[in-house]
Amino acid sequence: MTTLHLINKTPSESTALGDSLATLSEGDALLLIENGVYAAMPAYAEHFTRLPRTIQCYLLNNDALARGLNDLNPDFAAIDYDGFVELSCRYSKVVSWF
Amino acid sequence: MIFSIVITGAPYSSQASASALQFSRSVLKLGHSIHRVFFYADGVHSGSALAAPPQDETNIPLEWAALAREHQLDLVVCIAAAVRRGVLDEGEARRYEKSGHNLASGFTLSGLGQLVEAGIVSDRVVTFGV
Amino acid sequence: MSDTKKSFLIINRKAPYGSSAARDALDVALTISVFEQPLSLLFMDDAVLQLLPDHQATLIGQKNLSANLSMLEMYDIDQLYVCQQALSLRGIRPDDITLNITLLDSQGIASLIKQQDHVLSF
Repeated sequence: MTTLHLINKTPSESTALGDSLATLSEGDALLLIENGVYAAMPAYAEHFTRLPRTIQCYLLNNDALARGLNDLNPDFAAIDYDGFVELSCRYSKVVSWF
Repeated sequence: MIFSIVITGAPYSSQASASALQFSRSVLKLGHSIHRVFFYADGVHSGSALAAPPQDETNIPLEWAALAREHQLDLVVCIAAAVRRGVLDEGEARRYEKSGHNLASGFTLSGLGQLVEAGIVSDRVVTFGV
Repeated sequence: MSDTKKSFLIINRKAPYGSSAARDALDVALTISVFEQPLSLLFMDDAVLQLLPDHQATLIGQKNLSANLSMLEMYDIDQLYVCQQALSLRGIRPDDITLNITLLDSQGIASLIKQQDHVLSF
């Protein structure tokens, strides 16, 4: 049973990102939405360097563009809401961290 | 696939309800179904008919109601959370002897059992919180 | 009521009283138990502060949360878990907690999440 971890806070706004990273299982995925997309700024790249290779990382493109974010961490694939829905289906459940 | 959506953030204070709206539109567009949208905690304010945002901003209660009309969605506002926060339907207004009621059309007040039942029936429960 | 069973995990991450999250989570937990669904409760982060004893919540015009937490067992809600790291970060010893609760490290939490059908966060 795999999990899509949904994060909607910046790395300093709450422990959402840290908690999700600490409790990931192999084969899970991360999706940054709302303020969560700031975690894909290059300055925060170190948070993600020790992730297992089986963890896929995504961000919601509209939330990034809305905030004027470009040149984000290339390990994150930018997706739209349809992609968000597809990920929710592909993983066995969605866990929200805020 | 059967989805249910939970919203715990207030509209205009948080992005939760707006994100959930966009997510729900995509769920339906891709041919999945939404068993229920459950508004809990501060999320109950999405069901207020008295919200009057400026013309150039999204009217979140109206957008939910429109989506619900188009797809026969079950929009349930947690009754305990709503009544505390002053979101009442006609029946609750009468019960508490209030001068008016403000639950937007398309929404219903009901108990937390509706959230649990949604979880039992749905393949996925997606929470938009704060 | 449906015959289908779904396992639920409620993740608590907020301190009590300052926001409604702790009470909201508790109300959902009690409702899940009424529906007789498998339920686990996990306390992480500031939510471990809910587990401190001797609340006098009426002083701030609220209902006593810890009294309700201690009633969980009466509702057959006995799958209670707490994040070990969150406790030690706040200087809380497991002995300080009167609830019958299981300590978990990050790996334990990961596998708890993995087992569930649905996870509700507060």
